[in-house]
Amino acid sequence: MNEHVLEVSDANFAEEVLASDKPVVVDFWAAWCGPCRMMAPVLEEVALELDGKVKIVKLNVDKNRTIAGNYKVMSIPTLMFFRNGGPVDTQVGFVAKEQLKKKIEDVFGA
Amino acid sequence: MMRQEKVYDMLVLGAGPAGLTAAIYAARSRLSVLVIEQMLSGGQIATTEKVENYPGFPEGIGGLEFGQRLEEQARNFGTEMVLAMVEKVSLKGELKEVQTTEGTFRGLTLLIATGTRARPLGVPGEQELKGRGVSYCVTCDGSFFQDKKVLVAGGGDSALEEALVLTKFAAKVYIVHRRSELRAIRILQDRVQKNDKIEVIYNTIVKEISGRERVESATLHDVVDGKTWDVAVDGIFLYVGLIPNTDYLNGDLKKNEQGYLITSDAMETSLPGVFAAGDVREKGLRQVVTAVADGAIAAISAVKYVDQLSDKEDK
Repeated sequence: MNEHVLEVSDANFAEEVLASDKPVVVDFWAAWCGPCRMMAPVLEEVALELDGKVKIVKLNVDKNRTIAGNYKVMSIPTLMFFRNGGPVDTQVGFVAKEQLKKKIEDVFGA
Repeated sequence: MMRQEKVYDMLVLGAGPAGLTAAIYAARSRLSVLVIEQMLSGGQIATTEKVENYPGFPEGIGGLEFGQRLEEQARNFGTEMVLAMVEKVSLKGELKEVQTTEGTFRGLTLLIATGTRARPLGVPGEQELKGRGVSYCVTCDGSFFQDKKVLVAGGGDSALEEALVLTKFAAKVYIVHRRSELRAIRILQDRVQKNDKIEVIYNTIVKEISGRERVESATLHDVVDGKTWDVAVDGIFLYVGLIPNTDYLNGDLKKNEQGYLITSDAMETSLPGVFAAGDVREKGLRQVVTAVADGAIAAISAVKYVDQLSDKEDK
């Protein structure tokens, strides 16, 4: 199912997100969080539509506490927008598909 | 965006207990039903850890699971669902039209079941630190406060319930309430009194939330003796009331001063063919049981309305 949204972890975050030559949207989520579960299909669809222009990944905060802690994630779902190795914007809470597309456009100009 | 040619017998806005119960009843009466939801089946109840007072579930039932079960039941009887945000509604014509992010939908009747959302406290620091320690959802964010100190503002059922859930994670939970007595139902008050981690601070309001990158403290103000002081906390959960989700409705429907929709006992609003059910309407008790009751009544009213329309056409 999740072919377009890569699952990242504490271990490969630097490589997949920070070192990415494309802009990256990171979805901080957990299995017990209802709104996070609804975020998953939205991210899938957006990833499919953007067709590789922007990389979309997800990070499970329960299994990857280091990265979630480093970026001070205290609410999920949180979407963090990364470019050139650092976060440039953050969106807290569920967002619908059209809103997310607009946000990505605003942040990355993509 | 795309406009669907299909005209549904009933459009439902909101997939909470009211909207989905209406869908179940309407679909069983052979109405074609489309439910439009912006986030998650279950509505507010989906972010409640456990529903303990719904009759017939002596063990309680998880809020998220309850929402999913409602959706499954509605779908079993043929209800369609779409995940979209409502942008605009036109209610005055014979066909009710709803513009959403996923297209425009039309129905002979419309049921408004969009519920309520948490009311912001409206103090300095709240917006700036939202998602950085300021939260409106313990189920979503509680586990980030393992062994931390947190504060819950409010004295109703939600505030106490969520404070009790927080004690599973946090080392200390303050409940800050502006009155001298809690408003919550007795069983919750008893549990709070017995819980060593919880301290209730009465006659007090939160005046300001402070912190650089995340919440570090709250400024409290005693409304009786006028004293103001700071308390160090890592998280602030706000349960200070609700506001109805009726902003998108412009001025076409009759609302009360707080924005809740005014309906008849049959769930009719001030416009023909437009019904309202659940927390979004003016009523005395906002609970899952009253929401599902509203939903069933609204559905039957919609069925009657649709029957009358087709009678007219037959003549």
